Amino acid sequence: MDESFPPLTVGGRGLYGLDGRVKVPLTLGLILTAALLPNRPGGAYLLLISALWAAALVSGVPLTRLIRRGWLAGPFGLAALPLLFTTPGTPLLTLPVGEGLTLTAAGLMRFTAVLLKAWISLQAAALLTLTTSIPAILLALRALKVPRLLLMVIALMSRYLFVFGETARQLLQAREARSSQPDPHRRTGGSLGWRARVTGGMAGSLLIRSFERAERVYAAMLARGYDGEVRALPQPDLSPDAYRILGGGAFFFLLVIAFGWLTTGGGR
Amino acid sequence: MNPFLEVENLTYTYPDGRPALRGIGLKILPGERVALVGPNGAGKSTLLLALAGILRAEGRILVDGTLLTPASLPRLRARIGLVFQLPDDQLFSPTVYEDVAFAPLYQDLPPGEVHARVEEALAGVGMQAFAGRMPHHLSMGEKKRVAIATVLAMRPAMLLLDEPSAGLDPRGRRELISLLNGLPQTLLIATHDLDLAGRLCPRMVILDGGQIVADGESRALLADADLLAAHGLV
Amino acid sequence: MLYSPQPMHIPDGFLSLPVALALWVVSIGLIGIAIRRLEHTLSEREIPLMGILAAAIFAGQMLNFSVTGGTSGHLLGAALATILLGPYPAMLVMTAVVSVQALLFQDGGLVVMGANLFNMAIVGVWVAYAVFSLIRRLTGETRAGLLAGGFAAAWSSIFVAALACALELALSGTSPANLAVPAMGGIHALIGIGEGLITVGALAFIYAARRDLLTPAGRSQAVNRPVWLGGGLIALVLVVFSPLASSHPDGLEWVAEQLQFIETARPPAFEIIPDYLVPGISNEALATILAGVIGLVVVSLAAMSAGLARRRTRPQG
Ligand SMILES: Nc1ncnc2c1ncn2[C@@H]1O[C@H](COP(=O)(O)OP(=O)(O)O)[C@@H](O)[C@H]1O
Ligand SMILES: [Mg+2]
Repeated sequence: MDESFPPLTVGGRGLYGLDGRVKVPLTLGLILTAALLPNRPGGAYLLLISALWAAALVSGVPLTRLIRRGWLAGPFGLAALPLLFTTPGTPLLTLPVGEGLTLTAAGLMRFTAVLLKAWISLQAAALLTLTTSIPAILLALRALKVPRLLLMVIALMSRYLFVFGETARQLLQAREARSSQPDPHRRTGGSLGWRARVTGGMAGSLLIRSFERAERVYAAMLARGYDGEVRALPQPDLSPDAYRILGGGAFFFLLVIAFGWLTTGGGR
Repeated sequence: MNPFLEVENLTYTYPDGRPALRGIGLKILPGERVALVGPNGAGKSTLLLALAGILRAEGRILVDGTLLTPASLPRLRARIGLVFQLPDDQLFSPTVYEDVAFAPLYQDLPPGEVHARVEEALAGVGMQAFAGRMPHHLSMGEKKRVAIATVLAMRPAMLLLDEPSAGLDPRGRRELISLLNGLPQTLLIATHDLDLAGRLCPRMVILDGGQIVADGESRALLADADLLAAHGLV
Repeated sequence: MLYSPQPMHIPDGFLSLPVALALWVVSIGLIGIAIRRLEHTLSEREIPLMGILAAAIFAGQMLNFSVTGGTSGHLLGAALATILLGPYPAMLVMTAVVSVQALLFQDGGLVVMGANLFNMAIVGVWVAYAVFSLIRRLTGETRAGLLAGGFAAAWSSIFVAALACALELALSGTSPANLAVPAMGGIHALIGIGEGLITVGALAFIYAARRDLLTPAGRSQAVNRPVWLGGGLIALVLVVFSPLASSHPDGLEWVAEQLQFIETARPPAFEIIPDYLVPGISNEALATILAGVIGLVVVSLAAMSAGLARRRTRPQG
């Protein structure tokens, strides 16, 4: 998944060339807009997804990639399944389960709306990470006034994420190599307790490595004058264009929300 | 000429009771390039950490005539730059730029000056084009260069380098040697790499068991096969 | 890097806006308190440690072991972070983990991130802390006590966080409490065992290799009693309240309806505008078709401009 983060911050087509401090608020705005739409699929959903896809296309992000990431919430859909049957409304059909489950039209609407909201939000977040480097996202968080201490923790975490991810991958590979069972679905290598202990040992070794690395990183920081205070360089101001795009985005979102509520009569 | 670095009777024992440095004495003149060689566990890294003021060792360390103490450390810190063995330990920031800016930022320099220092340091190692990159995406050779830039940004008078050629392919190693060769700073290079030591450093110090066992002209020491063998260097 | 979505990370869309926003407020408040505390008590070497440990916990979440057939045991890590660093740093570590998962891996939503932070970085951590402290108080500084405390802390942090998650879904009107609580609770009572076993394995490994890391002398561990009790209280309230909510779903549904009322009470501002003012879109089907056409045109234009740009950047010859 590593390669899906763009390595370069500057330049590029469409969203790639846009400041993270514009993209992050716009992404949040889009997801908030989705959350604010009536729980009734309709034109507003179409407008939102079209805008998202257009932005992706203009930036050269293939839609297939976006849509694939959009289904990450799939399993969670189970949690919304009861909506089909618990929402009062015109009965569509009754399933012969227990005392009979009645599927209602309103239930179907709400269920679809929840899934659509999740689907659109996931694609929006995916588009952000596909077109924005991690450092640019961190700078945007700083502009959004995330406390500096937390920001430093997140920055260090994102720096060593892939280093430890690689270590974890190697640990898993070593475990696979040691267990001779070729079929991954069969129970491999010993009892459940044993497998859990081996996996726990791997987690423990990751954690010990993190303590050791933290000591060395701390030494490297000390050698360059670190004194416990969290400091950061001032950021350049946003360009007038950036503000225009932010304003335009906000206006569009308001329009979509208005459209959604006006055309569905409040979603009820 | 007064020595730039003077070390007297330096002794350090790790908290677990392991003696790592036992009475080290050393003088290094301004502009000198000294190789610090010795087998694994000889105490090379420990000595560099002590010289950079990260480990508090017993004994005396004088930097440009000033005694290294907790009080003088903040002032002296920028005079000696330590380049760690693993660039992944040294490069802890989201981007190359922010990493090189770290030291100037903690020297309380104004933003304009910080920027100038970063440009200068990156130019010094030929990595200007990499400012916006994430350290994670660099090759080992590029990481080593950036790691050197992070300390050059302090404008130190002396560089301490821990195993600079470890993990480099032949080309990366060649480029590193020519980079180090072009630096005006006083250098103390801890290494296993006798070839690198011979090419860069006229003087060589052999460390074993936390003690200096030889200190002299690199050419002479490198020719002494028995000495090198006795300390596990060949 | 192999990354698979973790359980218990609520995606956007599954919580109603009032619930999501209220939990943002609560989480920002409590994490803010933790940060302010840490700014005073933290030793300077703990800042890099928190960030790097967060990376290790994130990577540790990729480790899993097969339980039977398709299911597997996972690690969330709130209990391990709490045991290794103490509750306040652990809150920050888990905040970083949850934020990075949401921002960079789309695991857990952004508008609902306040809820995910509440469940994992606040409830998970403080429940683990209360349970672990309680058991260590009973067993003393023994290895068996460490492992038992670790297991119980890990299991209860998962279980109670899942209850919180279920209540949030119920409050949002997404799943009724009498379904969500037993379902989430039941599943996570099992997932919690996996968490507990991995936590025990990790603690045993660390105990053997670097026992010094488990005696956090000099770390900002000091937690005053009211706060300690707070963690226990969260657990107690959730554990007692969830079955109550699930056996009397009407009560919670009433709250959910009130909340939905708040949510849907916003539009009257729009409803004041009489339908005839926007004649074209007063008909829902027509409006949907209109939006569909606009969308189609915009997306097609974007696709065409993308095609043009590609052709222009393609090298000649
Ligand atoms: N953090 C540490 N804690 C305890 N002992 C250490 C630590 N680091 C190094 N040592 C020990 O100190 C000695 C010198 O180590 P080091 O300076 O790393 O040697 P070198 O760099 O020459 O290989 C070795 O015996 C090593 O095991
Ligand atoms: Mg060494």
